[in-house]
Amino acid sequence: MDIQELNLLEEKARQIRKNIIAMLKEAGSGHPGGSLSAADILTVLYFKEMNINPESPRAPERDRFVLSKGHAAPVLYAALAERGFFPREDLLSLRKTGAKLQGHPDMNRVPGVEISTGSLGQGLSAANGMALAGKLDKASYRVYAMIGDGECQEGQIWEAAMFAAHYKLDNLVAFLDHNGLQIDGRITHVMSPEPLDEKWRAFGWHVQIIDGHSFPEIINALAQAREVKGKPSMIIANTVKGKGVSFMEDVAGWHGKAPKPEEAEQALAELDQRGVR
Amino acid sequence: MRMEKIATREAYGKALVKLGEKNQDVVVLDADLSKSTKTEEFAKAFPERFINVGIAEQNMMGTAAGLAASGKIPFVSSFAMFATGRAFEQIRNTVAYPELNVKIAASHAGISVGEDGASHQSVEDISIIRSIPNMTVIVPSDAVETEAAVMAAAEIKGPVYIRMGRMAVPTVNGEDYRFQWGKGVVFREGTDVLLVGTGLMVDVCLRAAEGLQQEGISAGVLNIHTIKPIDGETIIRMAKATGAVVTAEEHSIIGGLGSAVAEVLCESYPVPMKRVGINDAFGESGKPMELLSKFGLDPQSVMAAAKDVIRRKKQL
Ligand SMILES: Cc1ncc(C[n+]2csc(CCOP(=O)(O)OP(=O)(O)O)c2C)c(N)n1
Ligand SMILES: [Mg+2]
Repeated sequence: MDIQELNLLEEKARQIRKNIIAMLKEAGSGHPGGSLSAADILTVLYFKEMNINPESPRAPERDRFVLSKGHAAPVLYAALAERGFFPREDLLSLRKTGAKLQGHPDMNRVPGVEISTGSLGQGLSAANGMALAGKLDKASYRVYAMIGDGECQEGQIWEAAMFAAHYKLDNLVAFLDHNGLQIDGRITHVMSPEPLDEKWRAFGWHVQIIDGHSFPEIINALAQAREVKGKPSMIIANTVKGKGVSFMEDVAGWHGKAPKPEEAEQALAELDQRGVR
Repeated sequence: MRMEKIATREAYGKALVKLGEKNQDVVVLDADLSKSTKTEEFAKAFPERFINVGIAEQNMMGTAAGLAASGKIPFVSSFAMFATGRAFEQIRNTVAYPELNVKIAASHAGISVGEDGASHQSVEDISIIRSIPNMTVIVPSDAVETEAAVMAAAEIKGPVYIRMGRMAVPTVNGEDYRFQWGKGVVFREGTDVLLVGTGLMVDVCLRAAEGLQQEGISAGVLNIHTIKPIDGETIIRMAKATGAVVTAEEHSIIGGLGSAVAEVLCESYPVPMKRVGINDAFGESGKPMELLSKFGLDPQSVMAAAKDVIRRKKQL
């Protein structure tokens, strides 16, 4: 892989993570853990994989991304702003009265947000609908989605899983942000959805397991997904909740809590010091 | 007394622990929100009687039905949005239709959820739950009333919905408060207008009544904590005394307290009336207090509505 490209992705991911921290500090509430765990995947989607144009966010042929785990809105907003869908300054309005950046993504307020989410378990069905529409229209666009591992406890996820395989939605790629945590603790302790790979395979999906913080692995998995015919693709990304901020990493308590100013300062300093891999 | 602010969900967490000590049949279910709904207090005290179903509200409701059918008294908690929204039909067909002894105690109702925004702000739950036969619907006004309602809910048979909030609210009821099912609580008698409130809007009605008094208007204040079955008797008596009624709720004006009171008055004693609530809209992100005033759920709005119904009464 091209080292320059990797460095660019690394810089973008760093910027996205820093913006997540800055936004949450300013908002005083929100969800850092699941935003940081997804940051590297969104970086690849928005800066390499997806065919999108911030100048025309509703172009019919664009690729779509659905953030089914809508509480990770900060990572989506940070990626969209970094990609030019709206000014970076808007990020600091997150969660304020009247702001377009709602606590959970609102498709009618934010350019680049494809569907409104926030209630877990519903986004994958919507992604199915987009992928099916693409098939009906013989369009070439691809649909990407991200679900949480806790979110896999919702029954609707498995209804959607069955549907996507039944309709052979090979234009659909879903990432499972496998960070091992939900609000009340470890997913295996609260209500284990494991073994996730075997479940998705049994539901008829093409399944890959990767390190969700490795750009080469994310890029390769997406390339492989493009080769799959007749099946939807699931990329189970092993991640660390809170990735990049030492005191947030793998701590359930950072699911839905904003950093205080001192904590945000430390987090930003750590992110600045993070080496290029 | 009215200085102390406590969230109704906090009072719920504490009441559950008391209830768990008293009654071995009480079990508590949650769907990955035990820190927010405060069922974690019960989980710590009685881990073997606490069941975390994960993020699976529909399964939680069905499981509670089975537990109730086997003699347990399940208290089921999630956010009001997901408890009543996601699991509506499980509640309707597997809990309420067989009249099972399930207590649905939902937190984070209304727009005072704040920053999480519309997807998490339930403004329809009273409406949809009230429409289900066999359901009792309780909306406590403060911590004192919440505890009393939770204890009482365990004593009666059948499905009960208790609606609670995230935000700390003033305590309006005294130490000597006694909760009576289906009985409105009269805070003030009035002669010009009746303010009927529920939940955190009871305090808002009390403050509006004080403001009105300063302008020489006599307002009665009635707390309707049991929205179903509703206390038609007290509502009609006070409507007769005032001839004008304002309802106030942190909920859509469609199907909630305002609708329930209108149903009573229209059929038995029509008077000029106005509903203060959310005007057929979704909520949004923001600070809870900012949102409450943005959506007109403040004393000023209740006072304006009161003057409006008084004006209409005079035109009759
Ligand atoms: C239907 C529904 N139930 C509950 C919630 C509250 N909630 C928000 S995030 C979350 C935990 C999500 O865990 P996971 O899917 O693993 O996300 P991640 O770890 O990536 O943040 C819960 C229960 C919700 N948003 N929607
Ligand atoms: Mg998780």
